[in-house]
Amino acid sequence: MPHVSLTVNGKPASADVENRTLLVQLLREKLGLTGTHVGCDTSQCGACVVHVNGRSVKSCTILAVQCEGADVTTIEGLATDGKLHPMQEAFRENHGLQCGFCTPGMVMSALDLVKHNPDPSEREVREWLEGNLCRCTGYHNIVKSILAGAAAMRGQPTKAAAE
Amino acid sequence: MAPRDDGIGAAVRRKEDFRFLTGRGMYVDDIVRPGQLHAYILRSPHAHAEIRAIDTSKAMRANGVVAVFTGADMAKDNVGGLPCGWLVKNKDGSPMKEPPHPPLAVGRVRHVGDAVAVVIADSREAAKDAAELIEVDYLPLPAVASVADAIKPGAPQVWDIVPDNTCYDWELGDKAAVDAAFKRAHHVARIELVNNRLVPNAMEPRAAIGDFDPATGDYTLYTTSQNPHVIRLLMGAFVLHIPESKLRVYAPDVGGGFGSKIFHYAEEAIVTWAAGKVKRPVKWTAERSESFMTDAHGRDHVTRAELALDRDGKFLGLRVSTLANMGAYLSTFAPCVPTYLYATLLAGVYTTPAIYAEVRAVFTNTVPVDAYRGAGRPEATYLLERLVDVAAREMNLDPIEIRRRNFIAANAFPYQTPVALQYDSGNYQATLDQALKAADWAGFAKRREEARKRGKLRGIGISTYIEACGIAPSNVVGALGARAGLYEAAEVRVHPTGTVTVFTGCHSHGQGHETTYAQLVAEGLGIPIENIEIVHGDTAKIPFGMGTYGSRSLAVGGSAIVRAMDKVIRKGKKIAAHLLEAAEADIEFKDGKFTVAGTDRSKTFAEVALAAYVPHNYPLEELEPGLDETAFYDPKNFTFPAGCHICEVEIDPDTGVTQVVNFTAVDDVGRVINPMIVEGQVQGGVAQGIGQALLEGCVYDENGQLLTGSMMDYTLPRADNLPSIAVATQTTLCTHNPLGVKGCGEVGAIGAPPAVINAVIDALSPYGITHIDMPATPQRVWRAIQDARMKQAA
Amino acid sequence: MYDFAYHRPTNLADAARLAKDAEAKLMAGGMTLIPTLKQRLAKPSAVVDLGAVADLVGIRVEGGRVTIGAMTPHADVAGSVEVRRAIPALADLADGIGDPQVRNRGTIGGSLANNDPAADYPAAALGLGATIQTNERSIAADDYFRGLFETALKEGEIITAVHFPIPEKAAYAKFPNPASRYAIIGVFVAKGPQGVRVAVTGAGNGVFRVRAMEDALARNWSADAINGITVPAAECNGDIHASSEYRAHLIGVMAKRAIQAAG
Repeated sequence: MPHVSLTVNGKPASADVENRTLLVQLLREKLGLTGTHVGCDTSQCGACVVHVNGRSVKSCTILAVQCEGADVTTIEGLATDGKLHPMQEAFRENHGLQCGFCTPGMVMSALDLVKHNPDPSEREVREWLEGNLCRCTGYHNIVKSILAGAAAMRGQPTKAAAE
Repeated sequence: MAPRDDGIGAAVRRKEDFRFLTGRGMYVDDIVRPGQLHAYILRSPHAHAEIRAIDTSKAMRANGVVAVFTGADMAKDNVGGLPCGWLVKNKDGSPMKEPPHPPLAVGRVRHVGDAVAVVIADSREAAKDAAELIEVDYLPLPAVASVADAIKPGAPQVWDIVPDNTCYDWELGDKAAVDAAFKRAHHVARIELVNNRLVPNAMEPRAAIGDFDPATGDYTLYTTSQNPHVIRLLMGAFVLHIPESKLRVYAPDVGGGFGSKIFHYAEEAIVTWAAGKVKRPVKWTAERSESFMTDAHGRDHVTRAELALDRDGKFLGLRVSTLANMGAYLSTFAPCVPTYLYATLLAGVYTTPAIYAEVRAVFTNTVPVDAYRGAGRPEATYLLERLVDVAAREMNLDPIEIRRRNFIAANAFPYQTPVALQYDSGNYQATLDQALKAADWAGFAKRREEARKRGKLRGIGISTYIEACGIAPSNVVGALGARAGLYEAAEVRVHPTGTVTVFTGCHSHGQGHETTYAQLVAEGLGIPIENIEIVHGDTAKIPFGMGTYGSRSLAVGGSAIVRAMDKVIRKGKKIAAHLLEAAEADIEFKDGKFTVAGTDRSKTFAEVALAAYVPHNYPLEELEPGLDETAFYDPKNFTFPAGCHICEVEIDPDTGVTQVVNFTAVDDVGRVINPMIVEGQVQGGVAQGIGQALLEGCVYDENGQLLTGSMMDYTLPRADNLPSIAVATQTTLCTHNPLGVKGCGEVGAIGAPPAVINAVIDALSPYGITHIDMPATPQRVWRAIQDARMKQAA
Repeated sequence: MYDFAYHRPTNLADAARLAKDAEAKLMAGGMTLIPTLKQRLAKPSAVVDLGAVADLVGIRVEGGRVTIGAMTPHADVAGSVEVRRAIPALADLADGIGDPQVRNRGTIGGSLANNDPAADYPAAALGLGATIQTNERSIAADDYFRGLFETALKEGEIITAVHFPIPEKAAYAKFPNPASRYAIIGVFVAKGPQGVRVAVTGAGNGVFRVRAMEDALARNWSADAINGITVPAAECNGDIHASSEYRAHLIGVMAKRAIQAAG
């Protein structure tokens, strides 16, 4: 059985997998990191988005064996010492989640956006989210959260925080 | 004293968010039981076929396979069919047709995706590998997918025992009065429309784990449900014959429901039963393509309607005839959706004096259809608000003016409609006025002109809707055929140090109950919100309750919590009176303190709680120790949220693409407990409403094959399809529940579709287009423009 | 998905040898292959992952052409300052493929080798008159595309790079499928060293050129020049999202928008 070794959330991890095992299965079923979700089988919903070597990817559309030696960050790797990452905090502050199922993918995708575009417009956020589906929020508060999260990461106080 | 920052009316940030944001939610598929096996369900590729034989022998021998079961195995074990929870009667009083629904098909499959066999194996992939080795000998039969086809003479029969595929032919209202109204009419407006079939698509696919303890004989079902007690009752009593005392149903974090997770599904029974057979836990998780072909779908009506008006545009009578698709089997609450949740809403916010509706429910070879966000009420509202616009256009009346002339006046409440409901409160002029202002209706002409210069067709549309929710008075629904009560239960357990755990029968799958309910308790008991925990979802912990749907969690579930708190306070006063050596009648409870009226002598809530659990100085001869109260709240009436939604669209005439550019919602949802959550609920509902209007439509071909079987073909709204959604509230209090709340979960899905389509029609009016069916996809809009141009040219 | 053998060669020769097996599948970014495997629509004996093969990633602009390594992800093309300067239409096209996560993994070589009839890159390759470089030869785009998922590639032949001649002007206009966001119609127009070219994706069984539009645009580069020039509906596919008639109409609309965008 193939064996995969990689870094997950800054710590070494390894597991026996099948060649057909997807990264999301490795994370959820072998490493117990169930914050990364599976919402579809056609690589569209984005509930499974994680970062592989610094880029957001759909962990349902990459084989575990492809991640040998890779550096993977999941939603579990963002908060430190019980303190939310500014993007997570922005989602909380702006009610950017309801059922919570799409949320990890949304947050991970948003962080990749901010990396490319630290000060995105509303339109740019909406277009960036093409690969992330949410059925609860109508996206309104997700967009608001990402704009606020980006502002916080730029070091600007968010509007909500100023209120 | 200033209002609490964690009490009623405060935009408290959600208590549940930390776990979701850090990936520590616990959804069913996240749960791993020791020794857990995986189930894969083999499903029918045919819409309709006879099963002549099933050979599972090769699958049984495959790697990792523990067991393979078919419908015959379940029948041998005397497993019952999935029950229907609502009996609707025909016009002649005879009962509806209620065919059986075995969890695994027996003899025949009746829709693509019908469950045929289950493989239980070490891993999901092994189970799936083995399922391919099952040989099913099918004899394909003619199939029918649409209601229009299903009622044609000679149509394929879904059930031998259901002639003409007709489940029931039902009516409501005074036919003679309506006929008389039409005789007097100055004008009759007519419409024929389709309310498009939708696939709910909660982001979390359904999942279930069956667990059996051979030592005790106890079963546990972990499931993605909006109402675990209902599942326990239905599955235990009717399907698997397990007493409630030996069956626990636990719905942990659930990733959205929108109605689709109300119903008792075959897979729940299959994994629970199978766990008993193999004596190990059995997990099943749907793939999204399975969700498309097994989650109950929504809507799917074909309707003809006529509105009779007098010279001034006053409504005289409404006549409605609807065909409703039930799918191949009756899902749990399917029969009530196109009847009691639909026709009873046909008065809308108007004084129409005479209404008659007839509804024929029809079986087809499609996935069962049941309640989806709004359930019946979006269908009623869509039909009515489209018809009112048609009437306005035909009579040359402004769409706002015709609505104003027919509104139920603010001083006319309680208002009895001709279709059974009695509205308790509302102010429709007020929500309309506020929405017109917020949407800058007056400035629209200028925006249209500016869009025209850019080559875009801009349109504006309105809907003034009402819904009935907060379901429901048990005796009323019982008289209408419900096979259950619709009260809700809550236990408020005060702990010795004064912290509180609330156990509710409602279930939160995105609604934020852990926060909103905690706010009720913080306000009611005067304790900080940090000291309050809300527990839901586990039948081993919570009192018997009916769950969450129909925007009932606050109006019914919240009221139960208030009633239980009232009991806590009453008992607390007795204890405080004893401690303070005062008369019980003199004790006041306010801001978390029991005080002797007119004095500064008081005991804190925590002191009273401690006395109740350490009853050394306590009136033991009159009062039991402890401070733990349960209440069952049965609502006196439905609640009636109402409001006004205004949509502005721009259409690209070259491509037919419609973009929603502005959306304004002003809703009267009664008292608002958490405005942040209310706003989010409305926005989410509006998004689903815009989705129905412009994007979403489930399509079967004439042979019953599902053409929109994945997200590759079924268009779910994405962020770039939607605008910012402006939400405001306007409050009249519900008069019959202790909180004055009405409900907000469904208003968006109800109010939005007609506002969007009225805007699309307005935009297309230069072409003389008066009708388009949902979803108004680019292709459909382009086609309508082409046809209109050809007509104009001819 | 069905299980398979997995190979991760580090050089082209090994990759080509492994890919000679008729039952094996080459994998570039995997953005089509993995979903296909997940649906159990393919059962390869082996997956040959090109992810570790050296020298297949990178962008070079020289000698009047843009060269993109086969394993270069769409996001890199979209974000490349050089590409944006040389052929902005190509950067825009790459920026509109799939979603950000697809763009982070999906590659130009994978897209062209797969030749999905609704993919974007084939329109750019044909529209710009690109040359597809493989481990064995160079293939002109005009000779490369052979219909539905068919190309001139032989067993074991691997795309290594794609050369795009830098045009005078070019643009791509896409009308996406509302659900899948693949192209219902995508039209790439270019005026450059290879003359005027109009390539259409999404309409039929594979990308194709519209000579009548090219001729008209060669005479007069303006949106009005193609008035009245249509692709017959009979040559277009139809499905629940777009009838053949609607697709035929959209070719005209998207072509005009591309011409206007190209300036």
